[in-house]
Amino acid sequence: MRSLVYIFAALIVMSLAYWAYLENYRTKASLGDVAGLQGEIGQMREELAVLRAEWAYLNRPDRLRELADLNYDRLGLLPLMPEQFGRVDQIAYPGPALAPITGAVDVIAVGEGRP
Amino acid sequence: MSRIPLRPLARILDAREKGENPDEIERENLRHRHEEMRDKARLRSEGRLVVLAGLFFFAFLIVGGRMAMLSASEPQEPRAQAPGASIAAARADIVDRNGRILATNLVTHALYAQPLQMVDKAHAARELARIFPDLDEATLLDQFTGPRKFLWIKKKLSPEQKQAVHDIGDPGLMFGPREMRLYPNGRLAAHVMGGASFGREGVRAAEVIGTAGVERRFDAFLRDPANGGAPLQLSLDLTVQAATERVLAGGMRLMNAKGAAAVLMDVYTGEVISLVSLPDFDPNDRPHVPTQGDASDSPLFNRAVQGLYELGSTFKVFAAAQALELGLVSPNTMIDTRGPLRWGKFRIRDFHDYGARLSVTDVVVKSSNVGTARIAAEIGADRQRDFLGALGLLEPTALELVEAPGAHPLLPSNWSELSAMTISYGHGLSSSPLHLASAYASVLNGGTRVTPTLLRSQRTTLGPRVVSARTSETVRAMLRQVVVRGTASFGEVAGYNVGGKTGTADKPRPQGGGYYEDKVIATFASVFPANDPKYILVVTLDEPEETSGPEPRRTAGWTAVPVAAEIIRRTAPLLGLRPEIEPLAPTGVTLTSN
Repeated sequence: MRSLVYIFAALIVMSLAYWAYLENYRTKASLGDVAGLQGEIGQMREELAVLRAEWAYLNRPDRLRELADLNYDRLGLLPLMPEQFGRVDQIAYPGPALAPITGAVDVIAVGEGRP
Repeated sequence: MSRIPLRPLARILDAREKGENPDEIERENLRHRHEEMRDKARLRSEGRLVVLAGLFFFAFLIVGGRMAMLSASEPQEPRAQAPGASIAAARADIVDRNGRILATNLVTHALYAQPLQMVDKAHAARELARIFPDLDEATLLDQFTGPRKFLWIKKKLSPEQKQAVHDIGDPGLMFGPREMRLYPNGRLAAHVMGGASFGREGVRAAEVIGTAGVERRFDAFLRDPANGGAPLQLSLDLTVQAATERVLAGGMRLMNAKGAAAVLMDVYTGEVISLVSLPDFDPNDRPHVPTQGDASDSPLFNRAVQGLYELGSTFKVFAAAQALELGLVSPNTMIDTRGPLRWGKFRIRDFHDYGARLSVTDVVVKSSNVGTARIAAEIGADRQRDFLGALGLLEPTALELVEAPGAHPLLPSNWSELSAMTISYGHGLSSSPLHLASAYASVLNGGTRVTPTLLRSQRTTLGPRVVSARTSETVRAMLRQVVVRGTASFGEVAGYNVGGKTGTADKPRPQGGGYYEDKVIATFASVFPANDPKYILVVTLDEPEETSGPEPRRTAGWTAVPVAAEIIRRTAPLLGLRPEIEPLAPTGVTLTSN
């Protein structure tokens, strides 16, 4: 009986040691992943900053003005002027909706009937 | 533990038999017992001391061991914990009031050389001179073959240049990463941004420090890693700033002016929406400070903040407002305007002869120096100085630019009655266009002091009262009349009820000795809409000359006013102001006061 307890205890110790060993390696792997991810985040932040700078550079007022001038034929963009403010009552009401189509004539059938 | 009785019967009987005092026995036993108790107590307290000493010893051992471990270990980022407060190493961005970027950082590279490791120095020097036309091949070769072991070649490289240098393939040419300050909008708001340069430089990194403007003023904030990369939000509006700059640049060219400045300010909060000074510069490539010549002719000079000018008749408004506030006059009081007005050997005269008498409103509308001087004489020098001081015209403005505290208005050394008269029409006191804008805002917003600011403010805090709301309204009506039927008739912008006052001041000769005949500073200080003020616009042109007529015209009405009107026409819609039909003045009932 006693030897059975010893063997059992030894097995438990071995399995716990194995579990701790596994956990240790999994933790190390996770830490490595985190470090990698943080490096990636840092790189992406840097890229984001570059993209923001590029966005701001491409949207600088000078460039937009030049583009608007170049494409005046197609877009017809002009600076915003006071006259362009409107009032709600200047907008026309939408026209009445089309009446539902009733008593439709089957054109093909009618056409077939005539030579 | 057995307790020894104090009077053991055997010994007592024994003692009695011997004729000794049995009390001796009791005393001796008592003494023994006390000694025993004392020994025990001492032992116990000694034991406690040992335990305590042991505890302290171990505590210090732990602290010491931890310190030793910390000092011996490599520093590293905590990896297992989730990051708490974020730390940003880069210099913070600067954004406008809508979050659009005005200044940001870009990662780039610096080029340095270690001549000891170079293989073909002549080839490297030749190729470098080819890539960078501003470098000289002979000088480079000289440096490479000299005794130096390390030298910087270029502080900022574009990716193309980096590739080209890489293609030279010399192991002695190396790159160090650099964070570079970038102003993507180029010249836009150059004077507000200022510029940045490198401070201490290492191979792996370099400090970016602000040189001027907000970059310098908020250097500590922008560099503070604890901000976690939160940007600095300014009150400027990128779109409005761009439109103002463009219109002002066009106006400056049309009017043949050598410089121009414009300040657009929120009338209640004092937020500067747009601040322009021309000529300007590119903060990405900031020019050097001129070492000779007039500093105010350099593009680095901020005319709107640093430029101190006699701003002419725009000051008449302050005399009128103060006289109204003190109850000395009403808008309809008739003022004697017969000129010239003599004061000692000094004469004050008008641009035209306006007849014998004008009402106070007409003194402002027609811009009569004589009339204003008479009003100022009634106010007196001390009260005038106090009033201008309350408007902030006697001290540097509190604008958050590193240049602003240096702009001390130029005041007369002795504020005499004559000074009071000349200052009332804007001569004898020099201040910046920004001073004028904040003083106008203070008078016209209902009468509370406005402090100009470049930071976006969320709430309005009203400053101390300088004039009553009623005076403020009366003055606004006067300014509206100046545009409707006075000197600023070109300032009318349909739908925006512009009110304003022109000012044309002769420029003083730099070496003293009077004023130039043909050089003026033309200013238009305006408020729109006059019935419900929202914004103050001050436009100043330096030496304008309008040449469409038979003889050159230099008055502000012909030069600064049309430019300001165009700025209002362009910017007011961008500011979200809807054009409105001007409310008619109530007929029949007129406000009067005794």
